[in-house]
Amino acid sequence: MTNDELIWRIAGGSGDGIDSTSQNFAKALMRAGLHVFTHRHYPSRIRGGHTYVEIRASDEPVKSRGDGYNFLLALGDSFARNPKEDAYYGEEEVKPLSENLDDLREGGVIVYDSGLLDVDEVENFDERVEENDWHVFDVNLRELAKEHGREIMRNTAGVGFTAALVGMELDRIEELMREAMSGDILDANLAVLQDAYDLVGEEYHVEHDVRVPTGSHDEEQVLVSGSHGIAYGALDEGCRFIAGYPMTPWTDVFTILTNLMPDVGGISEQVEDEIAAAALAMGASHTGAKAMSGSSGGGFALMSEPLGLAEMTETPLVLVESMRAGPSTGMPTKPEQADVEHVLFTSQGDSHRVVFAPSDPIECYEQTRRAFQLAYDYQIPAIVVYDQKLSGEYRNVPKSFFDQEPNPDLGSVASEEELAELPHTEGGKFHRFQHDTEEGVSPRSIPGQKGGHFLATGNEHNPAGHISEDPDNRVAQVDRRNQKLDTIREDLADESHNVVNGDDAADFGLISFGSQSGTVDEAVARLNENGDSVKHLSLSEIEPFPYDQVREFVESVDETLVVEMNSSGQLRGHIQRRLGTGEETFGSLLKYDGNPYEPAEVVEAVQHELGSVDETTSRTRLVTPGDQV
Amino acid sequence: MSAFSAIGSGEEREVDQNEFTPSIEPQPTWCPGCGDFGVLKALKGALAELEKDPEEVLVVTGIGCSGKLNSYLDSYGFHTIHGRSLPIARAAKLANPELEVIAAGGDGDGYGIGGNHFMHTARENHDITYIVFDNEVFGLTKGQTSPTSPMGHKSKTQPKGSAKNPIRPLSLSLTSGSSFVARTAAVNPNQAKDIIKEAVTHDGFSHIDFLTQCPTWNKDAKQYVPYTDIQQSDDHDVDLGDRRSASEMMHEAEDALYEGEVLTGRFYKDENRHAYHEEKQERGDFPSEPLAERYFEDGDWERSYDYIDRHA
Ligand SMILES: Cc1ncc(C[n+]2csc(CCOP(=O)(O)OP(=O)(O)O)c2C)c(N)n1
Ligand code: SF4
Repeated sequence: MTNDELIWRIAGGSGDGIDSTSQNFAKALMRAGLHVFTHRHYPSRIRGGHTYVEIRASDEPVKSRGDGYNFLLALGDSFARNPKEDAYYGEEEVKPLSENLDDLREGGVIVYDSGLLDVDEVENFDERVEENDWHVFDVNLRELAKEHGREIMRNTAGVGFTAALVGMELDRIEELMREAMSGDILDANLAVLQDAYDLVGEEYHVEHDVRVPTGSHDEEQVLVSGSHGIAYGALDEGCRFIAGYPMTPWTDVFTILTNLMPDVGGISEQVEDEIAAAALAMGASHTGAKAMSGSSGGGFALMSEPLGLAEMTETPLVLVESMRAGPSTGMPTKPEQADVEHVLFTSQGDSHRVVFAPSDPIECYEQTRRAFQLAYDYQIPAIVVYDQKLSGEYRNVPKSFFDQEPNPDLGSVASEEELAELPHTEGGKFHRFQHDTEEGVSPRSIPGQKGGHFLATGNEHNPAGHISEDPDNRVAQVDRRNQKLDTIREDLADESHNVVNGDDAADFGLISFGSQSGTVDEAVARLNENGDSVKHLSLSEIEPFPYDQVREFVESVDETLVVEMNSSGQLRGHIQRRLGTGEETFGSLLKYDGNPYEPAEVVEAVQHELGSVDETTSRTRLVTPGDQV
Repeated sequence: MSAFSAIGSGEEREVDQNEFTPSIEPQPTWCPGCGDFGVLKALKGALAELEKDPEEVLVVTGIGCSGKLNSYLDSYGFHTIHGRSLPIARAAKLANPELEVIAAGGDGDGYGIGGNHFMHTARENHDITYIVFDNEVFGLTKGQTSPTSPMGHKSKTQPKGSAKNPIRPLSLSLTSGSSFVARTAAVNPNQAKDIIKEAVTHDGFSHIDFLTQCPTWNKDAKQYVPYTDIQQSDDHDVDLGDRRSASEMMHEAEDALYEGEVLTGRFYKDENRHAYHEEKQERGDFPSEPLAERYFEDGDWERSYDYIDRHA
């Protein structure tokens, strides 16, 4: 494994400031000209418990967390060890060290806080250090921080120490601290940072070769997560109403937009449950605002009802589904891609929706914008499905990317002048749901508009909106609603976001979607460098299904391996169902242990399929074509 | 010109209640003698007397016989799903506070499946009017026991008689936070009309428990006659603005109902509390002009780019 990149892992207890420290460090690296990618691992616990964040920094763009890491900053879990008494969570106190060693690369660096951690309690520590040629630095960060008055500055001390060890200037870090704090707190933090930095030169002998690479961006970058991408995309499409109920990890999008709403004259509502949340979004949309709601698996289940109503009443509705491991409450803080079928099929009847599965913060932004456009142009629900991984992982994006035109257009809404020209019943009721319209869309009116009143109902209805069970009307309405999806498919084909990477001529193909695409891309690049020939289709448009693109890809290879983070092969099932293709050429690579793929796992599985390695060692499951998932 | 010229056009005109009647189809499918006719009539009368333009009114209903109210009323309407009228009505009011928003549904719809929404809408005190058609039974699904059915009520799903206490809608409403609570009955369209008028003009969440007879499924049901209007009666004294007094009066009315004495009228009115969107506005958490209006203007729109340094 090469050391031309820094993969820095900071580990400690939840609630010890790991998140904010790592974000600042990532920003500092980014401002120093590097490409960064963060990966967050945390338990479903508010305080205490082992957590870590990894930052991969390279002079090349990074798309995944990579395999393993090369620098560990083990901070100690202040909630595991009661500073006044002996440890009260028993073994947990050395977890920041013991839990992380498996993934540390050969030649890697370990810095641990000897004020809170004791290596003697870590099993076979010395042997492992020797075997792996790790470079260990014990430093009493806790004491150092205390000397400056606040134990909590252990993190800052750790960052200062790191900087000295990897050859990084402090100026960017100081700049960020100045932006975030002031007064005594700032002074104390700056002092701790400098002391820890100086300590390395004064008292430690450095002979490892983990160094921060040098890089340079040619323009200003910002650090954004998938959730930021979604929130910013919504904002730029003119979304000014958000309703939700907290559920991890959807809460990220909800919070970001809630923070922004007062600044942009919008409304955010935390309501009693997810049925209400989706219903509110629909109510606002019906009344002439662009609105959004969302949740994670369990909460999204409750949205099934309003989702169907939105389809039947042809009310634009944009929902976000942020997947986590299920069923039921599953593993609240672990990613999985197992809600695909849930998102595709929830709600009764022949119902339709647009489903996008973006794979990185930029796509999150773009696909959310498209979700809004399609929802409002075609009066149909649109869902953006992503997961816990993408929700909390940060990446650098050129700031200029966000310099885009807003689109507050309400889509297929008629003005009062236009309404006057459109068909009405004899009694003056607007034909909101005309049978024969271009592209299946009839213009809508907004309550309060003159000449536009109509009844919206979840029952089958005639053109004026009145409940009707007339067979001819029923067929006409169903056909028209169905037609929308075909029109949208044509629309999307011209500017598809599904991309193929790898060796064009390969006869072995991989398909993945959403948050795993970057990892699979990295694996594919490695495989092709090593002499195997593979290519990868990254799907981000799930519905309407891009038949032509997928068929073309599948037919161009002898075998397709669908890589996804669930145990039942949901994406593979969807593709086969849509293409009407049998089992013979489709295999699956599945992972459902709560952790996303690492590129090496994909590499290994493909090599196994291609016959170049015998065994696979990771916690993935490989299903060969012809076998049942 | 405003994008919503049906709202507050300023033009004064008399509104005939027939403007709220669809000129062709559909004919109501309610059973002969159903109390729901009384609600429809009272509502049309009230809106006409308040000179509401049918196109500035949005009536949001749930599912049930009661949910068909807006099918027979000409205005903007949203016939939603069972129990969910309130969240949709709330959002409509937030998106456009100038719109007259009225929500309606049955006792099963509003106190059963939608009970949670009822509690929270009342708590938030949205400026909408909520009419619950209380017939003490599920009508549309053929007579099952509802949250207001009396204890012992027999139906196909509780053949041995209900072992549950009925919901006390007025008390529940008061404790949840409604700022206007009243009860009226379909058998008295005049009182009903006046109460609806008062509810619509009230600035805050107005809840009307509207007693409606269901001759089809609730043969034992009192036809809510004779009833007493507590405001007209010397025997009853309630200080509308005082929670304790209101609460006592509600308890009296709720106890008496199942003994055959029907007490109707206004039970509580808090004129000092701000409606939800006003409360939000005071906190700087609500736009100064209707969201809905903004989309029709050529104003400047903020972009994420303008905020990225602060939030990224
Ligand atoms: C989610 C859901 N559950 C059940 C139903 C079936 N359903 C329709 S109307 C109704 C009861 C209506 O009773 P109520 O609200 O008292 O109104 P009424 O018909 O008496 O006016 C039920 C249970 C439904 N439509 N949706
Ligand atoms: S079933 Fe009862 S509530 Fe329904 S229409 Fe008939 S009488 Fe009215």
